[in-house]
Amino acid sequence: MARMKFLCDSERCIECNGCVTACKNEHEVPWGINRRRVVTLNDGKPGERSISVACMHCSDAPCMAVCPTDCFYQTADGVVLHNKDLCIGCGYCFYACPFGAPQYPTTNNFGGRGKMDKCTFCNGGPEADHSEAELQKYGRNRLAEGKLPLCAEMCSTKALVAGDADQVSAIYRERVMARGFGSGAPGWATAYGEQKRERKGQNAPEK
Amino acid sequence: MKRLKMLLAAGLLALAASFAPLEAAEMDSNVPTVAQSGKPTVDQTWRDVRNGEAGIVTGQPAARGVLIQSEGEAWRAFRNGKLAFFGGLAIIGVTLSIAGFYFWRGKIRMDGGPSGKLILRFKTIERIGHWTTAGSFLVLAFTGLMLLFGRWIVIPVLGHTAFSWLAAFGKWLHNIGGFVFMAGLAIILVLWAKDNLWDRYDWGWIKGGGGLLKAGVHPPAAKFNFGQKTQYWMVILVGLLVSFTGVNLIFPYTVFELHGMQLLHIVHVAAAIVMILFMLGHIYIGTIGMEGASSAMTNGYVDLEWAREHHAVWVAGEEGKTAQPDWITHGIKSGQN
Repeated sequence: MARMKFLCDSERCIECNGCVTACKNEHEVPWGINRRRVVTLNDGKPGERSISVACMHCSDAPCMAVCPTDCFYQTADGVVLHNKDLCIGCGYCFYACPFGAPQYPTTNNFGGRGKMDKCTFCNGGPEADHSEAELQKYGRNRLAEGKLPLCAEMCSTKALVAGDADQVSAIYRERVMARGFGSGAPGWATAYGEQKRERKGQNAPEK
Repeated sequence: MKRLKMLLAAGLLALAASFAPLEAAEMDSNVPTVAQSGKPTVDQTWRDVRNGEAGIVTGQPAARGVLIQSEGEAWRAFRNGKLAFFGGLAIIGVTLSIAGFYFWRGKIRMDGGPSGKLILRFKTIERIGHWTTAGSFLVLAFTGLMLLFGRWIVIPVLGHTAFSWLAAFGKWLHNIGGFVFMAGLAIILVLWAKDNLWDRYDWGWIKGGGGLLKAGVHPPAAKFNFGQKTQYWMVILVGLLVSFTGVNLIFPYTVFELHGMQLLHIVHVAAAIVMILFMLGHIYIGTIGMEGASSAMTNGYVDLEWAREHHAVWVAGEEGKTAQPDWITHGIKSGQN
């Protein structure tokens, strides 16, 4: 079974915001919400890097752990999805998320924030695949069509890579080896820390 | 002549070029490495990112420039870990202790038995103040506990959908109830603050264990005894803390930013649990724990015998206020209670 992951190669990202736009358009995300964002570090200084970030679909997802109504679930592909019908807009997932992924469509009085919205790895929600309800609430379900997230597909420099973890890391490793610098895979230790430890264990020298 | 000039120029150029690498090498040795330069290296950048260093983001709120906020994981660990565990443990522990106390001490009865004569203990405005605070507190406590523990206790019983409705309604009640609670807090602060200051009877009450431990022991007290005073100032102080944090949670990101919100939430929950623990004791002693206590907050009257046993100084003061004892001016309601 595949384990879906995002990886943004900061040596390649040119801060074009194409991924943000692609996502917003594909899923017809409500006003004021961007599931993805591009952050530029050291802007205008030596060592400037840009990174595209959205929900990283963590192995041990903090949002999932703190949700009072238990509205999150993780698919067999490792994608973290949520059920908007159960969401009460309490904002806890935003407190917990390391990547600031959860977004809320409204800011009413008395802390009313509406149903949380976040990146679905283009994998919809709990409703039937390609149903109208799924489209309305979560946007398109590309994974069910055998396609990968549009943000990565549209990335002009192929900085943003999405897909099965083994393939994603193979591509990244190859790039790092070829150019001889710029490793790091921003956010991976935070999002997939557990997996990393597993791999360390597997590679341990035999005695 | 022209050719000679060109040759000379070429020679000079070659000479200069032969020196260039040497010069460059010399200059390079003076150039500090990136790590020495103090300019940000990429490694350093990732460290900063992990520590919550913000970049810039275009066309979106500036706060979204933070790539990784590790405090969220600390918040999660504390809320789901220590806070839920020790909070839950304390609530269960105190409830069991009270149950144990009940079986050991039993209901604290009036030693002389009810006299049948009643005395007005709490005026209407006082009862309104009490129930405004108490009613909203009960709603807030249940809806709040539901958000913290509902996932483990209520969802397995009701299922996800029903719980979600309950939680959404509970959240609304919690938001509205908070303001009712604050109003109640203001009323009781104005009404009872002066009666809850330390007085000469308090030390005796503490030494006598409040008369809780042994039947027949009744340290004298004025309108409120030391136990009630502790309860009162706990409600005022913890109530203010819960109100302050609560208002900021209701209007998120107005005054505090994300890390402030996380801290507010922890303080809010911890303080609320402290208040719940105190209230378990308060509710117990006001209802099943003591004969003749509850009517003080229902119709406002208590039995004169009860009042003399528990608030002797207060009764004496009330009776001395008027030529006639207070229970006569307010009419004897015999047969009640």
